[in-house]
Amino acid sequence: MTIALPAEDVAPRTNKLDLSWPILILFAVLLCVLIVLPMSWLIYYSFVDRTGAFTLGNFKTLVTDPVFVDPLVTTVILATSSSLICCAFAAPMGWLVARTDMPLRRTVRALVTASFVTPPFLGAIAWELLAAPNSGLLNKIYRAVTGAPQDEYLFNIYSLPGLIFVISCYTFPYVFVLLANALDRIPGDLEDASSILGGRTWTTARRVTIPLAMPALLAGALVAFLQAMTLFGSPAILAIPAGFHTMTTKIWSLFNYPPKPELAAAASLPLLVLTVALLRAEHFILGRRGYSVVGGKQGDPRLIRLGRWQWAALAFVFLVLTCPVFLPYGALLNATFSKVATSFVWFNNFTLHNIEFVFFELSATKLAVKNTFLLGTASATIGTIMALVIAYVTTRRAIRGYRTLGFLATAPVAIPGIVLGVGLFLSYARPPLVLYGTLWILLLAFVTIALPAAYQQMQSAFRSVHTDLEDASRILGSTRLRTLRDITAPLLRTSVIATWCFIFVGVIRELSAAIMLFTSETKVISVLIFDLNESGDLGAISVLGLIMLAITFAVVIAVNRIPGFGDARLRNA
Amino acid sequence: MRFSRRDLLKASVATAALAAAPARVRAAAPEPVAVTPALIEAAKKEGKVVWYAAMDLPVSERVARGFEAKYPGIAVRIERTGSERQFQRLAQEYAANIFVADVINASDAAHFIAWKRNQWLAAFVPEEVARFYPAEHRDPDGLFATSRVYVSSLGYNTNMVKPEDAPRSFVDLLEPKWTGKIVKAHPSYSGTIMTATFQIARELGWGYFEKLAKQKVLQVQSSVDPPKKLALGERAVMADGNDFNLVLLKEQGQPVEIVYPTEGSPLINCPNAVLARAPNPNAARLFQSYLFSREGQQLLIDFAAQHSAHAQVKEKPGRKPFAEIKVMKDDPAAVEAQAEEIKARYSKYFGV
Repeated sequence: MTIALPAEDVAPRTNKLDLSWPILILFAVLLCVLIVLPMSWLIYYSFVDRTGAFTLGNFKTLVTDPVFVDPLVTTVILATSSSLICCAFAAPMGWLVARTDMPLRRTVRALVTASFVTPPFLGAIAWELLAAPNSGLLNKIYRAVTGAPQDEYLFNIYSLPGLIFVISCYTFPYVFVLLANALDRIPGDLEDASSILGGRTWTTARRVTIPLAMPALLAGALVAFLQAMTLFGSPAILAIPAGFHTMTTKIWSLFNYPPKPELAAAASLPLLVLTVALLRAEHFILGRRGYSVVGGKQGDPRLIRLGRWQWAALAFVFLVLTCPVFLPYGALLNATFSKVATSFVWFNNFTLHNIEFVFFELSATKLAVKNTFLLGTASATIGTIMALVIAYVTTRRAIRGYRTLGFLATAPVAIPGIVLGVGLFLSYARPPLVLYGTLWILLLAFVTIALPAAYQQMQSAFRSVHTDLEDASRILGSTRLRTLRDITAPLLRTSVIATWCFIFVGVIRELSAAIMLFTSETKVISVLIFDLNESGDLGAISVLGLIMLAITFAVVIAVNRIPGFGDARLRNA
Repeated sequence: MRFSRRDLLKASVATAALAAAPARVRAAAPEPVAVTPALIEAAKKEGKVVWYAAMDLPVSERVARGFEAKYPGIAVRIERTGSERQFQRLAQEYAANIFVADVINASDAAHFIAWKRNQWLAAFVPEEVARFYPAEHRDPDGLFATSRVYVSSLGYNTNMVKPEDAPRSFVDLLEPKWTGKIVKAHPSYSGTIMTATFQIARELGWGYFEKLAKQKVLQVQSSVDPPKKLALGERAVMADGNDFNLVLLKEQGQPVEIVYPTEGSPLINCPNAVLARAPNPNAARLFQSYLFSREGQQLLIDFAAQHSAHAQVKEKPGRKPFAEIKVMKDDPAAVEAQAEEIKARYSKYFGV
């Protein structure tokens, strides 16, 4: 989720076989199909009325009708609060993990990864089980412990604060990742200098470490804001029952009968504009200060001794992780085996009915699992190849116009999932190219969504392979392609596999674009879970959710098993 | 559904044109079709049938398993969502030339009027429909028939509400003591709720909903969900939702009780039809025959606590007979004409 680093100054090489134009054209066309066309249709639609005549009426409705103004205000409040909460918790956690001798640091990183890969909509449903005012497990415990009357509750998840809380639970990993990454990179030398000059541990932290980490924190805050703003699943699950909309659920509701695609397009544009603006801001912040610490020989970061505070720190971290991981997973597991989703499992209400229902009765399961696997594999493969080629081209400046390619590959980061969904639907649900109803349109969406992050990962991987090795191969007479095959590719193997898995996991948890683009034949697990939630089949959801998590963790653990890879790569995610 | 006078005029011109067509087309209902070995064979060759069913998933899956048991080798795949969502979905798919659905069921009977006008339905009358279903539950042109009947009712959680305190009528829900304690489904998602909202608004006026909206209801989507939320104990009373879900939950021992409101319960007739563009036309017809057969209908009664228009099925002893429930009158044509307005007004009052 970061913007491309400026490429290093490597002298352009000459190339006997000039592949520039074919590659450039191929990828430019591909990226147009993915980005330019859907966004053009989106803009076109927002400026026409039903008859196709030019109008500003859609935008007028958008800024004057409270039906649209209220969700916009709600969304801004939601995104701002989530972003602040994420920073408030992720910053100390990131610091503790990267810079102190707190025990179990690797476990904590793994658990943050777990909350990172948990689909936010699944987390939202799990939190319904936990904190619905009357039936929520936590509220039941609260009443049992305090003897409070039946209609009193501690938490109400069907509320704006409830929604902000749940969104923060699954957004804080973004801030954590960016911050821990930055703190890992701050060289020990600077801190050593501070100590040598007489700074105490805390003075050093306050005057050296924290200022150096500030840009990453700001960037994290922006990313969290964007995530919270563009999320669809959680608000659809928690806000609508409470009787309010956010922008994403409003856009989606415009596709209820009778559909109003023009208004949906117009309502998508503010999200798009805000995202672009915020990403520019992030670029500005990181571009100015972010990399001053990178480069040269680095001393290992010094770990601050917490002493007897280390257990307090650990308790804090685990308390935070209870919210996105332990409690929700527990609630899903409980609902899986309970006759009533929000009763604690005991001998008298234990059941395997939910599992039986999902596997043997629910006729949509097989197709959804198959589609999800197919799309995950295909998107991951295509996305990785595209990222690999584009990253190679841009880092090694292999062809003319590499900057354009790099820009196009990064551009989708500015397109929220639901906006992309609307755009792709408007582009490909009508002749000449009807892709709606096939898995292709979902593939387009998933590849587009995954490309920026995949490209970032591959780009940093290419950077880490010094050109000396390639040069040596070239000097000894290899062609560029042979060098790529014999030298570069083996060195990049782990990064390629990691990127593949990263996309795969991302596809499994994607809902906001899929919800706009699926048909009954092309349903995926996330959409199936969303459907089941609307009819209140919580037991079946729990089973499907756990299946989803199992697949995800299998992939994540497989990645972590790759030697020399470990958690470093996921921190880059 | 905007439906101007000009549309009506066009429609009547079209009808006139149809009337001038050859006698074969004009003939009212097509000949009833019995389930023949040839039909079964042809259906088996297709091997599957896709049922767009806006009904409680465990119920529809149970019907599907009944069909699969009777006709091995034909898999039923159910596409479940709320009727209103399904209506949009089918239109969206047909607009993109995607023809996946074979058979369709909706709890908003108005949809069948629209689909009939679009000529999306196949004329097919299973033998038992012709023989055992009263005329008011059959389309005169043989395009659809009522597959199941139930009402939208009130209900409460017996752990949270004493029987003597329970609401007895819709207007009882407007009492301050129910503020924050009501769960309610949505007419933009559920056909049952769309139909119910129309009937309640007609009988009690929109003022009722305007006041109900101030009761801080928990707004769920599907009409199958309010009963489930009652069983969970998430809310004490439900303002609308399927009575049969409550019956089933009560029979499972869940702490719920059904209340048929004194004003009358909104009546929900759910038609089912074979689609003209069904990719598996034979399996679709076989499935339609099964659903309307005595066997299929009895399953809907026994397993799903719904009611049937079939003359030969028996109500399950111990359950309230349909005849004893005071119902409101349904009016699909009026729902069709007002659907858009109902959705808009509802969103205005309830915020979503």
